[in-house]
Amino acid sequence: MLPVEQISIFVENKAGRLAEVTRVISEAGVNIRALSLADTSDFGILRLIVDNNDKAKAVLKERGFTVGKTDVVAVEVEDRPGGLSRILDILSQQNVNVEYMYAFVQHSGKEAVIIFRFDDIDTAVKLLQENNVKVLEGKTVYTL
Amino acid sequence: MIYDEDFETLPREALEAIQLKRLQSLAEKAYATVPFYKKAFDEKGVKPGDIKSLQDLHKLPFTMKQDLRDNYPFGMFATPLENVVRIHASSGTTGKPTVVGYTRRDINTWSELMARTLAAAGAHKGDIVHNAYGYGLFTGGLGFHYGAERLGTSVIPVSGGNTKRQILLMKDFGPTVLTCTPSYSLHLADVAAEEGIDFKSLDFRVGVFGAEPWTENMRKDIENRLGIDAVDIYGLTEIIGPGVSVECVEAKNGLHVFEDHFIPEIIDPATGEPLAYGETGELVFTTLTKEAFPLIRYRTRDLSVLYHEPCKCGRNLVRMGRITGRSDDMLIIRGVNVFPSQIESVLMAREDVAPHYVLIVDRQEHMDTLEVHVEVDEGVFSDAVKHLQRMEQDIEKDIKDLLGVSCKVRLVEPKTIQRSQGKAQRVIDKRKA
Repeated sequence: MLPVEQISIFVENKAGRLAEVTRVISEAGVNIRALSLADTSDFGILRLIVDNNDKAKAVLKERGFTVGKTDVVAVEVEDRPGGLSRILDILSQQNVNVEYMYAFVQHSGKEAVIIFRFDDIDTAVKLLQENNVKVLEGKTVYTL
Repeated sequence: MIYDEDFETLPREALEAIQLKRLQSLAEKAYATVPFYKKAFDEKGVKPGDIKSLQDLHKLPFTMKQDLRDNYPFGMFATPLENVVRIHASSGTTGKPTVVGYTRRDINTWSELMARTLAAAGAHKGDIVHNAYGYGLFTGGLGFHYGAERLGTSVIPVSGGNTKRQILLMKDFGPTVLTCTPSYSLHLADVAAEEGIDFKSLDFRVGVFGAEPWTENMRKDIENRLGIDAVDIYGLTEIIGPGVSVECVEAKNGLHVFEDHFIPEIIDPATGEPLAYGETGELVFTTLTKEAFPLIRYRTRDLSVLYHEPCKCGRNLVRMGRITGRSDDMLIIRGVNVFPSQIESVLMAREDVAPHYVLIVDRQEHMDTLEVHVEVDEGVFSDAVKHLQRMEQDIEKDIKDLLGVSCKVRLVEPKTIQRSQGKAQRVIDKRKA
């Protein structure tokens, strides 16, 4: 199955940098599906799922940003209490470490999508699928 | 190969006895003939007769670049101009050029030293030397020329420029020794490739490179691309030109200083105090045998290190390390001397970091602070915060281990630090504001 690609951007903690990233992306006609920002006192890492990775990466690089690409796992859970908890239990029982994660709710409002970053992506996907967790393909996520 | 076995392999005691004798006579002569030195000795309250041992060298005053400018053009000459058979000058990027003179005996000494230099690099009679150092006021071209002739090689005085024609001559004349700046050697390889000539197919065996700072990585690059041994030389117009020190091709590890003609010292650039073998500081030279333009404790502003471990080539001369920077750039942070080049070496040693950095020095609550800004490029970047933070901490630790000064490393976006075209500003010292 095709993994989900996420792009990440290095941003200094300076006024206007985040706005610059989103402006460059929007000018290129690329749509942001999901986003998370990890920050320290002097820099941040902006992680994005967009509908056109190659284009977003190209325009950002052109503007001098450092851009990375990472494979992440997207799973669909019912938008109700306990949905996420069940998944984390499965992972922790098998000692699969989550590097980071973030979530967003789909338009329908029925399901939430959770993005996971694992060190060992293959093991994690296998484990989730064995436990009947719905793992989404890249193309599905980009067009949600 | 050793050109002058008598002097280059002299036991230390014998060498030091010669140095002392020559130093005493240098001091006598400089004091008697150069008004600048009479004044400088008198101000320090020292007389030529006070030199009883080599240690007494430390009692003598320094000579600075500014002193040479103040005595432009011939004020530092220790002999009447009629005895001077040659005049050279440094380029003088700031202010007036530095003018130096040579007597007939000085030219002879210089030729001997350059013959030693070329021999140390492995050149010998039968070699053809392609000398692409510039001929003219610059000491490089003529210095190598006289040395190559003295050694008995055939020298092609091609000088700098007209690179395509140089490639043609290289192909047709079959030179075996290349002498030029390290950067020009790579340019030659580029132009040769454009002309459809593989540099490695030429007859070159060794290159003798100097007149600008270069690195071990550059040596590897030159050796691989040109298919030769590349050795480093050091010299400066004020001291004699090229021919002050050279690496031997056997070890290629440090430059042997021709101590029977020059005494090297390493000093703390802030205090002027001599430093021990192995410590990095400013290189200082005293010329022992020059007649027209003798210099006592001339401060080169170049940073290096001296060491005296025996070398497998058999020379008994002290060795100096590659020039790692300029003392003009030195910072004093919490009482510790810090050279930007040392921090650069920490960054260059890491394969994951781009060598674009700037040092920000400030003072907070009477304490000096050092921040090192390093650009994040794609080779370094990670989507996980902890990787980047670990990298910051690793660099902080490396710098602390080397300098004994703690600092804060801050990662910054690419291309936000000025590039090194022209004069890159590597240091922002806010304490001066």
